[in-house]
Formats: sequence, structure tokens, C-alpha cells
Amino acid sequence: MNRLNLLAILALFSLILITGNPAKLHANDEPLPDPQKEQIARDLMKEIRCLVCQNQSIEDSNADLAKDLRRIVREQINNDRTPEQTKAYLVARYGDWVLLKPPVNTGTFLLWASPFILILPGIWLLFRRSQSATSAPQELTSAEKEQLNTIIKADAETNDEQETRR
Amino acid sequence: MQRFFPLLIVIFLVILFAYMLRDGRNPSEIKNVHVGEAIPQFSLTDISNTGEISDQSIRNEKTPILVNFFASWCVPCRAEHDNLMALANTHNVRILGIAYKDQPEDSRAFLEELGNPFYKYGGDIDGSVGFEWGVTGVPETFLIDSNGRVRYHHYGPIVGDALHTKILPQLEDLSQ
Repeated sequence: MNRLNLLAILALFSLILITGNPAKLHANDEPLPDPQKEQIARDLMKEIRCLVCQNQSIEDSNADLAKDLRRIVREQINNDRTPEQTKAYLVARYGDWVLLKPPVNTGTFLLWASPFILILPGIWLLFRRSQSATSAPQELTSAEKEQLNTIIKADAETNDEQETRR
Repeated sequence: MQRFFPLLIVIFLVILFAYMLRDGRNPSEIKNVHVGEAIPQFSLTDISNTGEISDQSIRNEKTPILVNFFASWCVPCRAEHDNLMALANTHNVRILGIAYKDQPEDSRAFLEELGNPFYKYGGDIDGSVGFEWGVTGVPETFLIDSNGRVRYHHYGPIVGDALHTKILPQLEDLSQ
């Protein structure tokens, strides 16, 4: 009985995990009559920043301004504007900051290029390091060779001793 | 040379951070895209019998003005109100008030209680004018030149030394 209960709870839990948090409709939000348009509007809302909460999308936020922006997004989509046109409409009033993903333009070029700008000197440093490591070692002088031989011999003898002791 | 590389990075970061920490920089400030541009199209609900207030009426002024978004429910607006009164009365600056998402009777009561610094004010009852101006909250203040261009945007209340270090120097720049 207990095991059955546990299984039921686990099943329910995994069901929640699999289906995820269903996208809730905010209170006082009126969805568009056309479910297809509503979906487009919802997807777009995830890309629009709630300006007063800064790191939430208007889809996630309960702020008053987010509510207004959701209404405006729905209006635009309902009037057959494309998501791109709707974004441009918002950017004209709030700037690129209203988009959670900054667009590539002259102002944000450095931002987008920075990973590559940073990784190039890194590759160069790695390359130089590997170059110096693989450069051929110098030949031993005869004195060094002799020294090496005696060390190897002594080492082999101590190893033999240890072998015999075992 | 390679030995000093980490040191160079540290020195660079120290300079960068010191620069970013410098006086008067507010990282939470939201920049307004209209600065340097013509004022957006809008028209206000008449809540004070001052006649039509719109982008056209501002362009007809032919003098620099301040545009102040306020609301009776906005606490920081109370904080900056004394400075608005000083601007209007002591510095003879014309301030246009826009009551953002506020009921007309509440806006009127607010100005009756604290004094009216505006030569004209109107209502933006649903916040759509604020949207056109890219306002994210109240208070926000814009300086408009005599050609109807936005010259300066002040995010948040005009408190502390903001009146003397920001607003008045900007006004002086314009009158020169």
C-alpha cells in the first residue's frame, strides 16, 4: 500500500517535471481569440525585457509595466504585425535594452566579438607554449652521458636488491 | 615580458573598475532613446482646463521647457517636488506636467496639497503617452529645446545635488 502511494507520488512528480510549469496566463491578461496568434505573442513576450525588473521577460514579470507591454505585444500581433515589426516598434521607444538578446549592430559589435577577440590571444599563447615544449632537446655532452650511465646502473642495482629481498 | 602579463591584466582591471565607479554614474539608470531626437507624437487628456497639450503645442512654445512625468501615487515625486517648485519659481523654468497613470482628481489634489510647479499639465491616464516617450516609471524629466528636441533625460527624482549638478547646467547650456 505504502509502496503504491510512493509510486503514485513519484509518477505525479515526474509528470510535473516532464510537462514543465505550464505557461500560466497572468491575472487580468486577456488572451487573443486566435490561439495561433496568442502563441506567437507568447513566444515574443519571452524575448522582451521587463524594463523595471531588468532581468525578467515580460512573460515572467508581474510588474505593471510588463502588463502594459504584454497588452501592447498582443495588440500588435493581433493587428497582423510580424514579431520583427513588433520588436522594432518597442525598440523605437525603449531602445535595444528592451530586447533580452541584444542585436548585432555597431553598438554591440564589440560585445558579440569579445569571445573571439579574447580567444585569439589565448590560442596564440597556447601555440607558443607548445612550440617551445616540442623544440628538440640538446644532445648530452660525454660527461653528462657518463653521469647518466652511473645513475642508471646504481638504480638498477638497488632495484635488483629489492627484488631479491621480496 | 610574459611574466608581467598577469600584472598588466590586474592594472587594466583596476583602472576599468575605478572608471566605472566614478562619481555620478548610476548603473540601474535606464537610458532613454529619445535624447537627441524630436519629441514623440502624443496628446494629453485635458485635466486642468489648460487646452490641448501635444507634441505640436510643445513645438509652438519656441522656448526650452522641462517635461515632468509625475503621479499622485508616486512617493519619489513628492521627494522631488520642492526642487520642481524651485525650478519654476526661482529659476523661472517652464515645466510641463504629465500625470502618468493617475486619476485626474488625484492629480489635482496632489498639486493642490504640494503646490503647482507646472505652467500646464495634462493626464496620461492609461500610460500610453509614457510608452511613446519610453518612460519606465515616475518620476522622469526631459529637457526640450526650442526646436522640440529632447536634449536631456533625467531618470528618477531630481533630489540631492541633481538640481545644481545636472538640471541647471543643462538649462544653461541651452540658453547659451
